[in-house]
Amino acid sequence: MLDILYSLIPQTLFFAAPLIFTALGGVYSERSGVINIGLEGLMVIGAFAAVTFNLLYANALGTMTPWISLLVAMVASAVFSLLLAIPAITFRADQTVTGVAINMLALGFGVFMIKQIFNKGQTEFISEPIYTKDVPGLVDIPVIGEMFFNNMYITSYIAIAFSFVAWYVLFKTPFGLRIRAVGEHPMAADTNGIKVYTTRYIAVIISGALAGIGGGVFAMTISLNFSVSTIAGQGFMAIAAVIFGKWNPLGAMGAALFFGFAQSLSVVGSSIPLLENVPQVYLLIAPYVLTILALAGFIGRSVAPKASGVPYVKGSR
Amino acid sequence: MKMRRYAVLLGLLLVVGVVLSACGSGGSSEQGGSDNSFKTAMVTDTGGIDDKSFNQSAWEGLTQFGEDNGLKEDAGYSYLQSNSASDYVTNLNRLVQSNTDLIFGIGFKLAEDIGTVADQHKDTHFAIVDSVVDKENVASIVFEEQQGSFLAGVAAAMKSESGKIGFVGGEESELIKKFEAGYVAGAKSVNKDIEVDVQYAGSFGAPDKGKLIASNMYNSGVDVIYHSAGGTGNGVFAQAKDLKNNDPEGNYWVIGVDRDQYEEGQIGDNNVTLTSMLKAVDVAVADIAQQSKDGKFPGGEIVSYGLKDDGINIAETNKDAYSEDIKAAVNEWKQKLIDGDVTAPSTDAELQEYQDSL
Repeated sequence: MLDILYSLIPQTLFFAAPLIFTALGGVYSERSGVINIGLEGLMVIGAFAAVTFNLLYANALGTMTPWISLLVAMVASAVFSLLLAIPAITFRADQTVTGVAINMLALGFGVFMIKQIFNKGQTEFISEPIYTKDVPGLVDIPVIGEMFFNNMYITSYIAIAFSFVAWYVLFKTPFGLRIRAVGEHPMAADTNGIKVYTTRYIAVIISGALAGIGGGVFAMTISLNFSVSTIAGQGFMAIAAVIFGKWNPLGAMGAALFFGFAQSLSVVGSSIPLLENVPQVYLLIAPYVLTILALAGFIGRSVAPKASGVPYVKGSR
Repeated sequence: MKMRRYAVLLGLLLVVGVVLSACGSGGSSEQGGSDNSFKTAMVTDTGGIDDKSFNQSAWEGLTQFGEDNGLKEDAGYSYLQSNSASDYVTNLNRLVQSNTDLIFGIGFKLAEDIGTVADQHKDTHFAIVDSVVDKENVASIVFEEQQGSFLAGVAAAMKSESGKIGFVGGEESELIKKFEAGYVAGAKSVNKDIEVDVQYAGSFGAPDKGKLIASNMYNSGVDVIYHSAGGTGNGVFAQAKDLKNNDPEGNYWVIGVDRDQYEEGQIGDNNVTLTSMLKAVDVAVADIAQQSKDGKFPGGEIVSYGLKDDGINIAETNKDAYSEDIKAAVNEWKQKLIDGDVTAPSTDAELQEYQDSL
């Protein structure tokens, strides 16, 4: 039984890390009143930027490459998210439509640029990916060390740490209060002197930055290259995690971990004594069935921020 | 508000336009000319000619054929890129109209459209790769992947120290079953008691799933994994390389598929790619083109490529890992397969039969 946990938990954590980052981004954007369907596209840009930078600068930067690549992915995606922010906030365009456009544009842009830079339809494998490490000291703790600190991606810990920071900022700081106010009742916030547009811009850019990290982490731990199908649905899973987590950073983290757990259970399942006779197809669909059940029954009503998806027009009631 | 909505819609259309036109332009020109020289062309599926897979390989074959016969690109041999499934028919028709003698459809996805167009143009010759189209003017090119997979199984069983090896498939289908059955049979031929862990990811484009499966397999003691899963296989490589990085002495091997995946396995001074099952689409395409040029087009036939004609092979790039005794064993079984002493199974039923006979 312990053996199963030893393989389940690390797998859950590496699978969930990109989803956690991206879902945190989604929480910020939606809490400020901007629906971000474009998370998938922002992840694509993150993955594209990370892989391209990694390939071009690996020789010069050596082992620092993946971390600088992550920063580049973060910045690239934050800039790209302006393409969502400007129409959705300043020009009050339909946020869902704009988000869909972001998804299409990002993929086209990424593949086009790869063709221009490398003259290929997909990139080579990166030479400096992020590797797993044991956590010194902690790995020697019996049972727990093996479970949580053996062969882990440091990005998984960063993702979890980020969730707590994100929660603290959103619920315990004035800045977080402003974001929430703008997302619930922008007019009231405006009356109180909060700059609605500025706050929303900042929130969307934060979401872009986090989704960029998510995409970068995915590319540098899991796919190791960039092609048209590198990011295929992870952004939408992150959106699901936002809703599942009730627009709360910790909830979103929990949901992402749950998805990761369900996915790795579907793979590990065949070696668990109780499940070994279950046909594989049922294990493969299990993550999705579990998600539907969880959404339908166990978490109660999930209510979006009130002004989410509604462009704010100054002076309107 | 209405106006704005239209503006967004317009913007969206623009974006789509830009994206689509960016993807386009990869085609080639037809310089129809009514000279008597032979003219051949291929229609890619959505992968394009640099997909590191069968489209690329097919184009290399066609280029080779063109050079061997002194043909010029565009005039003598060319390709049309399909950006979506709806381009297949258009591209095929364009080639027919520019008096192309032999048109290749690359990939099973083109099978249906080749059939339709072939019916409309009985005088033009067609060839389909990886599928069977039963028409007088269509040659069907198929590969005996089970043979190459059999040898991959032999190599895996020879390399394995734990007695446990793995197979990661993309989507469970008749085609991928050939890989699985051949692999299992090959491994069991060397070591009757070897344990083969077979898992399907349910997708060819899910590296995260591939990584999960590989992680679980290596954890459970598997030391060689053969993947036949396209992009999902990237995850298998990612996991093997990560483990190798932490434990350079450990046994974490991957067997690549379709083309030599040696490059993908490189990590520092080590390489996790034990070998690759090679599928020489280029050999097949060049061969059919040559036959057709010589007036011996195999219309209506199923032309099968296997070990015998180098249509299927096994890579020997990783000199360190792919040791002499593995090489010797693989060559021995290769000879048996070529001579027909052994037949590699390609379905579950045949595999069962084969195992019982051991």
